[in-house]
Amino acid sequence: MAIRATHEIHTRRRSRNYGVGLVLLGFVVLVFFLTMAKLRVQGPVEGYDYKLRPELAVTGE
Amino acid sequence: MTDATAFDTSYEPTFGDYFALLKPRVMSLVVFTALVGLLVAPVGMHPVEIAASVLFIAIGAGASGALNMWWDADIDAVMRRTANRPVPSGRVAAGEALAIGLGLSGLSVMMLALAANLAAAALLAFTIFFYAVVYSMWLKRSTPQNIVIGGAAGAFPPMIGWVAATGSVSVEAVLMFALVFMWTPPHFWALALFMRSDYDDAGVPMLTVTHGRKVTRRHIMAYTLLLAPVSGWLALSPVGGPVTVAVALVTNLIFLRGALHILRRDETAAEADKYRVEKRFFRFSLLYLALNFLALAADASLRAAGVF
Repeated sequence: MAIRATHEIHTRRRSRNYGVGLVLLGFVVLVFFLTMAKLRVQGPVEGYDYKLRPELAVTGE
Repeated sequence: MTDATAFDTSYEPTFGDYFALLKPRVMSLVVFTALVGLLVAPVGMHPVEIAASVLFIAIGAGASGALNMWWDADIDAVMRRTANRPVPSGRVAAGEALAIGLGLSGLSVMMLALAANLAAAALLAFTIFFYAVVYSMWLKRSTPQNIVIGGAAGAFPPMIGWVAATGSVSVEAVLMFALVFMWTPPHFWALALFMRSDYDDAGVPMLTVTHGRKVTRRHIMAYTLLLAPVSGWLALSPVGGPVTVAVALVTNLIFLRGALHILRRDETAAEADKYRVEKRFFRFSLLYLALNFLALAADASLRAAGVF
């Protein structure tokens, strides 16, 4: 059963909960942009899965 | 008493109380020196990688601050300067400081490894261990050289920044470390000279308490003398440049003059003008570090712009 009534503690902790929520949101955004930056710097990450990908084969050896 | 009544009667810590556990002022210094260490490195990073690395180095430093507040709550409560910190003032439970410190330590090290590299992450983990265990738990209360040891923990951030960019330690990184390391003792001992009763009351073996104030004045002079060549060497190293040389020359002369002034005074003279010289020396020490690191950043950007 979901909690419907707002206990007094919910109001008292409101600002703290919003603060934690914003920090978590910021963390998610940071990890997203960090991933994008890593992909840009290091190039696309590809590997074999269930079939051979000729474009990944090392040639000239 | 049940948990429910405990909730109703106790103070509710705010978000700011938890943030204060991370010692925001120390963190801002860490952000600054780590960023410079990263920017002067000869290897470029993506701006997002730079921002993330600096952020997680700062969070790691904050985590060690929280661990320090958990461990030192008893002496912080006695000292006027620290009595208002979240744990000694009763706003945050000591156990929460410990949990936040441990949690953020793990998070920051893991995220620095992902944002930069494993070597930087390992160095950050060592720094946290060094500050929380070697300094706070072990040496702070047992030796008057505590400030010197603690200074090492504060000196790591520019080195971590450098390693985040390059992946390894080099002479320039060691010199930046040495600059902060040599700068810390005169900075804190000047503070100890005019905050005298605080450390006496807490029973922390500050040099002023154990060996007297005359010895402390001599120590300030000695470390300021040792600081000058380090700063000069850094200015002449590959990360230095004309701006750094000029800034190092001027700031070291002023700093040495201040230290000489402190050395030549005795307590009666100091008390007569309410430690004016010591306070001025302390304030200038903050400027000294800021200017020397800003100069490094200035030379790095001039090099990047192709001026020389």
